[in-house]
Amino acid sequence: MVPVVEMTDIAIGFPGVKALDGVNFRLFPGEVHALMGENGAGKSTLIKALTGVYSIDSGTVTVLGEHKQFSTPAASQAAGISTVYQEVNLCPNLTVEENVLLGREPRRRGSIDWKGVRSRTREVLAELHLDQVDPGSLLSSHSIAVQQLIAIARSVEINAKVLILDEPTSSLDADEVNQLFRVIRDLRDRGVAILFVSHFLEQVYDISDRMTVLRNGKLVGEYMTRDLSRMGLISKMIGREMEALAELDQAPARTRARTDSGVTPFLETRGLGRKGSVSHVDLSVYPGEVVGLAGLLGAGRTEIARLIFGADKADEGSMAIKGASQRIRSPRTAIDLRIGFCSEDRKEEGLIGDLSVRDNLVLAMQASKGWARRIPRRVQDELVAEYIQALDVRPANPDALIRNLSGGNQQKVLLARWLVTHPELLILDEPTRGIDIGAKTQIQKLVSQLAADGMSILFISSELEEVLRVSDRIAVIKDRAMVADINNDDVSVEDVMTVIAGGAQ
Amino acid sequence: MSPLTTLTPLTVKKPSPARNRLRGGARYAPTLATVGLFIAMFAVGSGMYPSFLSGQVFLNLFIDNTFLIVLAVGMTFVILTGGIDLSVGAVVALSMMVSATLLQQGWNAGAIIVLVLLIGGGLGLLMGLIIQYFDIQPFIVTLAGMFLARGLCYVISLDSIPVTEGFFTGMAQAQIPLPGDLFVSPGVLLALGIVAIAFFVLHHTRFGRTVYAIGGNEHSAMLMGLPVKSTKILVYALSGLCSAVAGILFSFYSLSGYSLAAQGMELDAIAAVVIGGTLLTGGTGYVLGSVVGVLVLGIVQTFIAYDGTLSSWWTKIVIGGLLLVFILLQRLFARKTR
Repeated sequence: MVPVVEMTDIAIGFPGVKALDGVNFRLFPGEVHALMGENGAGKSTLIKALTGVYSIDSGTVTVLGEHKQFSTPAASQAAGISTVYQEVNLCPNLTVEENVLLGREPRRRGSIDWKGVRSRTREVLAELHLDQVDPGSLLSSHSIAVQQLIAIARSVEINAKVLILDEPTSSLDADEVNQLFRVIRDLRDRGVAILFVSHFLEQVYDISDRMTVLRNGKLVGEYMTRDLSRMGLISKMIGREMEALAELDQAPARTRARTDSGVTPFLETRGLGRKGSVSHVDLSVYPGEVVGLAGLLGAGRTEIARLIFGADKADEGSMAIKGASQRIRSPRTAIDLRIGFCSEDRKEEGLIGDLSVRDNLVLAMQASKGWARRIPRRVQDELVAEYIQALDVRPANPDALIRNLSGGNQQKVLLARWLVTHPELLILDEPTRGIDIGAKTQIQKLVSQLAADGMSILFISSELEEVLRVSDRIAVIKDRAMVADINNDDVSVEDVMTVIAGGAQ
Repeated sequence: MSPLTTLTPLTVKKPSPARNRLRGGARYAPTLATVGLFIAMFAVGSGMYPSFLSGQVFLNLFIDNTFLIVLAVGMTFVILTGGIDLSVGAVVALSMMVSATLLQQGWNAGAIIVLVLLIGGGLGLLMGLIIQYFDIQPFIVTLAGMFLARGLCYVISLDSIPVTEGFFTGMAQAQIPLPGDLFVSPGVLLALGIVAIAFFVLHHTRFGRTVYAIGGNEHSAMLMGLPVKSTKILVYALSGLCSAVAGILFSFYSLSGYSLAAQGMELDAIAAVVIGGTLLTGGTGYVLGSVVGVLVLGIVQTFIAYDGTLSSWWTKIVIGGLLLVFILLQRLFARKTR
């Protein structure tokens, strides 16, 4: 069989980072091909090379046997390659039908044939079993899941030979994933070559026929999914032997803070809430303790974090820090009380992409010291080197730009940025989302380590297993209120699920 | 104000078809609010001054503002992409100076008009190229363009140059009769023709839809393979061309060229576009709304003329107030639909 896409000996570099080096990749019609690797392995870079967003430094790309050099996304699309990105790249201000056909609207005598647009959109949506979507409705009125399917509808419309799905499931629930997979299988059976990138191993094993594994910008190999075990895949992605993996897999040693009577909790809230956001939050976090917030997506976990950090103002209940009643009106107040907040959205709220790793860290140090006292360069260098090493930031180059780092490494820098300010309470909102297993385990270990050193940690994650693994106590959030506070002694995922399903016991 | 409160759904669950229709309709709400405001002002004026309620008063709003309508059309394109063009007032003045000077030297009127259009379009194109290829904010580039064009006016002449040429004076005096003893100027027909073309381009061509897409999300538009670069450049060229046309229309209207003319007219054009319901962030708005925006500005002036005791500076104060109210309304509105 002839591959639709064949990339040979691809190399791409950015200042300070060698993103891809000698990578080969091929994609056959009628198959789902998973591109696997840890964060920073070069998956996104490879995709962007194929879609004309980045230009390649060396190597060749052929599509259906023809040599291609894509300099713009338009050129890549003209060659039949269509991409659906994690953050849906459509126009929210336009209607569904306009988004599906933008740039390719049927025309009659130079004028867009709106009736034709409507009927063509109906056809395409029907093919994807999306009949219930009104073509004339605004894109922004639909959920992310539907928007993603509409983006796929757009590539179906151009009869794409190659469909690239970059982390398509990261914001979907189980039903939505099933609907997406049905569409993917449908397209595969019609001979479309599908490139699928995801961090969810189970989904990859569920949907893919073949996989290519990358590590540190280099090719590890290409395998048939059925021939590669999960452990085998993980060891290829991480590049460590099985024994090392087993050790990584072990739950990090948990430091159990005794919540003896007499010890004052660092943070204590009573009936904390905000109209239209969350209510009845009775939370206490002791020094040296990890408290996990468990709950479904949208249950109100982030909202609680924002209340505590002062990003939103509470309008009911009370809060005490080290036993003294406090009213936190702004993040500034929270920071002064030594509270840190690693937000869930690292791009929007956390890091400054155009600055280097060093600058991002120094920014935080300087902010905590006050602008008047300059930190000597030597101290800066020492501290930055120390944190890069402690958190294993890769590449270990303090001058690499943040935006050129992978998600997991960006997360580490964000974490380091808070750590340099020595907070007493650190709120971590989804610190491991979208990052690979290796980095995830590292971050979990780090959390336990920090707690052992006496820091209080509020840990938020959608992955219950992870919450159970790192937390000493678990606060269960359901329907925008706190419903239970469980000591984590032999608690299982099922136990927490029961609480979430049944409400307070 | 009622359309705003009735059109915004407060609870957002699974969108029903009916709600979708409402949301689609909600896109027109700011523009409809402007239309409502205009009608209300006209009604109030008619109540206060008996002679206000006449067809000719309404038509005079067009006759006195042909140039502003054309400017607002160009500005609508630019603002829809999320940009801004501060040079338009200065380009109007430059167009007037060039026409008046060359007419004095005996040039043919047709040749002058072509030359002026080339200058305006060329200047816009140049600014578009700079904005796109050097990735500089439109605000700065068009500010530079404004100083350049205004400076060229002073270079040409510091004095007011009268226009006495036949074609221009003819256009200034011509009246096209309408039924019912009413009339409009030829300039009105030209301006409305341009509005009609702009409407067609925005809503029935791929170029127009790309303009909206860029305003919605420029990065997405690029990834969707739309010709983002050329569209952005062209939008500024169009605005420059509209400024040149507006300059010619203003020459017909004022029959002179003066380097200090049309000071601050770019701000009037931006105000008209915003009052007409176009979001300054781009992606939402209608060219017809901008025309109504111009009419609202015109009716404020008419009010002050009818009153007779108020200083003309009250026009600016009222426009300022209206602008503020509309921007606040849009903000409120964007927050509710989100």
